[in-house]
Amino acid sequence: MKKFNLILGAVALIGFTFSSAATASTLEEVQARGTLVCGVDGGVAGFAAPNNDGRMVGMDASTCDAIAAAVLGDANAVKYVPLTAAERFTALSAGEIDVLSRNTTHTLTRDATLGVNFTYYNFIDGQGFMVAAADGLSSVDDLDGASICVQSGTTTELNMADYFRNKGLDFTPVGYSTSVGTREGLEGGACDAITSDASQLAAIRSETSNPSDWTMLPEIISKEPLGPVVRQGDDQWLDIVTWTLHALINAEELGIDSSNVDEMRDNSPNPSVARIVGSEGETGPSLGLSQDWAYQAIKQVGNYGEIYERTIEPLGIARAGSVNDLWSRGGIIYSPPIR
Amino acid sequence: MSKSPLTLHRNPKFRAAIVQAALVFLVFYAFYSLYQTTVFNLEERGIRTSPSFFDQVAPFKVGFSPFLDFELGTTTYIKVFYIGVLNTLLVAVLGIIAATFLGFFIGILRSSNNWLAKKVALIYVEIFRNMPLLLQIMFWNFAIFLAFLPPPKQSLEFGSFFLNGRGLHTPVPIVEHSLLFKVWLGVVILSILLSFIFRRWAKIRFNNTGKSLPVLSISFSFIIIISISAFYILGQPLTVDIPVLGKFNFKGGGQLPLPLFSLWFALTIYTSAFIAENVRAGISSVSKGQIEAARSIGLTRSQMVKMIIIPQSMRVIIPPTISQYLNLTKNSSLAMAVGYEEVVAVWANISLNQTGQALIIIAMTIIFFEFCSLFTSFILNMYNKRIQITER
Repeated sequence: MKKFNLILGAVALIGFTFSSAATASTLEEVQARGTLVCGVDGGVAGFAAPNNDGRMVGMDASTCDAIAAAVLGDANAVKYVPLTAAERFTALSAGEIDVLSRNTTHTLTRDATLGVNFTYYNFIDGQGFMVAAADGLSSVDDLDGASICVQSGTTTELNMADYFRNKGLDFTPVGYSTSVGTREGLEGGACDAITSDASQLAAIRSETSNPSDWTMLPEIISKEPLGPVVRQGDDQWLDIVTWTLHALINAEELGIDSSNVDEMRDNSPNPSVARIVGSEGETGPSLGLSQDWAYQAIKQVGNYGEIYERTIEPLGIARAGSVNDLWSRGGIIYSPPIR
Repeated sequence: MSKSPLTLHRNPKFRAAIVQAALVFLVFYAFYSLYQTTVFNLEERGIRTSPSFFDQVAPFKVGFSPFLDFELGTTTYIKVFYIGVLNTLLVAVLGIIAATFLGFFIGILRSSNNWLAKKVALIYVEIFRNMPLLLQIMFWNFAIFLAFLPPPKQSLEFGSFFLNGRGLHTPVPIVEHSLLFKVWLGVVILSILLSFIFRRWAKIRFNNTGKSLPVLSISFSFIIIISISAFYILGQPLTVDIPVLGKFNFKGGGQLPLPLFSLWFALTIYTSAFIAENVRAGISSVSKGQIEAARSIGLTRSQMVKMIIIPQSMRVIIPPTISQYLNLTKNSSLAMAVGYEEVVAVWANISLNQTGQALIIIAMTIIFFEFCSLFTSFILNMYNKRIQITER
């Protein structure tokens, strides 16, 4: 009898393996749940880190807020899930999070092999190096033989290896699983330099006990377009996240911000404005959202420029004329028309 | 073959064999279809699973690889796996050896009659056994070693050894003359063999005459004297590469990175607290009568410990200590927090993240740890069988 039960168990086990995952659309799931589950770093100032009130703030966190406002009408309906670099894609493809907004670089391999889709960019970054000011180094090429703290499992690690290999320089990587770990390693003297995206280095410097002890080297050795990522196979959700970012940028182009959005909706004669705030056209319903999706995002979170000013500027990364400025002002932040 | 009185399908042995075979088949089939379904589902979501990445060049650098050479731009992913495995084994072996010695020492203190020693051992056990291991690893790395060891330019010097916040820099031997080196190695091995023969002879002599010799110290001094004199007679076939201070850190020689020490210390101290308790349990399991009997036939204290207490207590100590060894090996994967490049860090974290081959990489990591655990328990179970009571 006992053996019979075992066989039954084995048969049941086989049965389970054939059942495949249910496929409700992400939009339906989010709306049914009433909250957006958003994967963030949780430890990088300016992108996603808790403020003094314990609320997650930063460029990546605000991106989540804007999506929640567009989809659910409430920017506070977000549950942030802090993830390490190594966990992030698995969490996304396993369905633990709806959108990954964790300073993630868009690369071909990730796009093609990980079962994810990249949407658009909320910050264009590049990899830099930071060293102790007292060491008097002036270039990355001076780092021959140095130990370098790096967050393992990132494109940063690969760019560094490529750069040093290309230049024929030697180095020793000291890999930590978190950004906080790399900072502790640098401050503790485990390495001579630290490498990461330039914005993250600024964030790390702002969190050291004495920021003036550290200085950035001039070279930027890579392109790091960062932005939210979604699961592959749900085109509607991909469109929603992509166009929420576009709406924030478009709003800035048109001069719509969180303080004047009501007035613009009621008084602006510009049809482009009318289409964004939802008083004209069918932009929201085409995406499967309500008519006021972009209005809610702009009203509750602000346009791209406002978010940048609130989150990235305090790190000391100026926007004017940089790549992260609007295309019309010399940057490359550009949005297709919303119509 | 004896003929069974039952027909084949009534024969219980035959039926049992059929059921067993069917069960084994079903289990394997279940695993196989689980694998197939997972691969299919991953493919559905646009994630391809294939071991073809093994032969691709790893696009990142592994800093600590004492057994295999890592060269950026030629080393493949599969070699990164081997490097990770060897680094895990290195810290596991170091940790097991150190934790065993420390654990026995603390365990013996804990069972001694000296009030102070007993209490010190008790405090040691209670502190380190009850603190999360990850915390201890980070404590050693960030609060002790990084905080107290100097930067490379003010390294502590011990002869040709240099200690700083990056790790320990050691001289490494370089074979200058390969033939003479082999001759020297042969001489050393010969001297070790000779000392084993001597040990046998001493044992036979002891059994025949009852006269004992200090075998261990004689053997050791014999081996050391022979190796050193042969080394000089053969004209020093080895030279030493001494580390030299470069711009950032020492160059040349060998380097043991700081995280290795943090991990080794934390694993040793944490595990030794558990082993100490096993040892205490073992010692108190030896019945009082045995000790009294040993005293009554006039054994000295050290003879009593060596010949009466340890052999009997080992029967109690070994089985729970096996699982501590297994724990230590598995716990080494917490190294990621301090940047030691063991198999979970370089394979299940970095390689996985760069290739996305989760299924293969995680399966290989699991199989490796499974293999380690089974191998360790196999070895220790053999030892355990040898020391268990042989009933006549």
